[in-house]
Amino acid sequence: MNQFVDWMSQPWPWYVAGPMIGLTVPALLLLGNKSFGISSSLRHICAACVPAGIPFFSYNWKKETWNLLFVLGVGIGGFIAANFLANPSAIVISEATQADLTALGVSDFKALMPLDIFSWENVFNAKGFLFFVVGGFLVGFGTRYAGGCTSGHAIMGISNLQWPSLVATVFFMLGGFLMTNVLLEPLMKWVGF
Amino acid sequence: MKTTENIEEFEVTQNCEAPNLQEKEEKGLGMLKYLILGTLFGIVFVKAEIVSWFRIQEMFRLQSFHMYGVIGSAVIVGIISIQLIKRLKIKTIQGEQVRIPDKEFKKGQIIGGFMFGLGWAITGACPGPLFAQIGAGYTVVLVTLISALAGTWVYGKFADKLPN
Repeated sequence: MNQFVDWMSQPWPWYVAGPMIGLTVPALLLLGNKSFGISSSLRHICAACVPAGIPFFSYNWKKETWNLLFVLGVGIGGFIAANFLANPSAIVISEATQADLTALGVSDFKALMPLDIFSWENVFNAKGFLFFVVGGFLVGFGTRYAGGCTSGHAIMGISNLQWPSLVATVFFMLGGFLMTNVLLEPLMKWVGF
Repeated sequence: MKTTENIEEFEVTQNCEAPNLQEKEEKGLGMLKYLILGTLFGIVFVKAEIVSWFRIQEMFRLQSFHMYGVIGSAVIVGIISIQLIKRLKIKTIQGEQVRIPDKEFKKGQIIGGFMFGLGWAITGACPGPLFAQIGAGYTVVLVTLISALAGTWVYGKFADKLPN
């Protein structure tokens, strides 16, 4: 058992994780005729909590409760993995990335997320404004405007050979490349790194 | 008859992009399977470090194959699965025909997709990993989640005024 937990605690390679994620598509279809897509959960939460008479949020969200349970599960899974199957050693990322990020002012390379950025002390400063408020808003607004995120378009949509999903995925990547390679450096300097 | 009802209801929801198209109503313990599936998914997310801000940086800097391997192999498994379901006419466990709505092209996939990409590179998370990061103990990501909800809400408020 201990050996099993040790083995499970290693970071999982892409060729294990990718197919498992891919299998979520047929699992949801066959368990309940449901199309995979996580960002819709954000819409359902808005519809449930603050519909404010807006047509976009006036629908029977209760029918989509499955999606909310799914994301609750994702949170629970994150808790289980981090507390019972945690990798005992520091995260291993590419040396080039570590060098680039060090140059940007990131110094914590111990775990999944750098605490220089992702800690409560940054909530009310410029760093938090960029990484939590602006970043989060773009994720929420952008995914709904695009009609899906990595799961709904890049995985579910492309799996079903939908060309609009391929377009969306190309633009997800373009936005990411531009932010990472061009905008992030001046933005991080600006917020005090 | 039942199929027609469902399509109408689907339209009323203004095209929920990840719809529940099961005809049979589900309640109670039967819903647990989605919680369990989500939990497994969350474990994979954290164990494969897909929720890591560092991994997203590596991906967008083209300095590691990891994320491309994850997404690419997920898509290949997804394509094969859907083809098998369609060609072998595999039914759901309730005995229903599997129905997958087509994705319609709209300008939002370009503009919104680009905006999401910008945000993905900042937060290091698409919507799924947000939930997993919070569960994994990075509770400050709750702020990001609330902001993402605000973004979703603002989109909904102005949806009909945006180019589409």
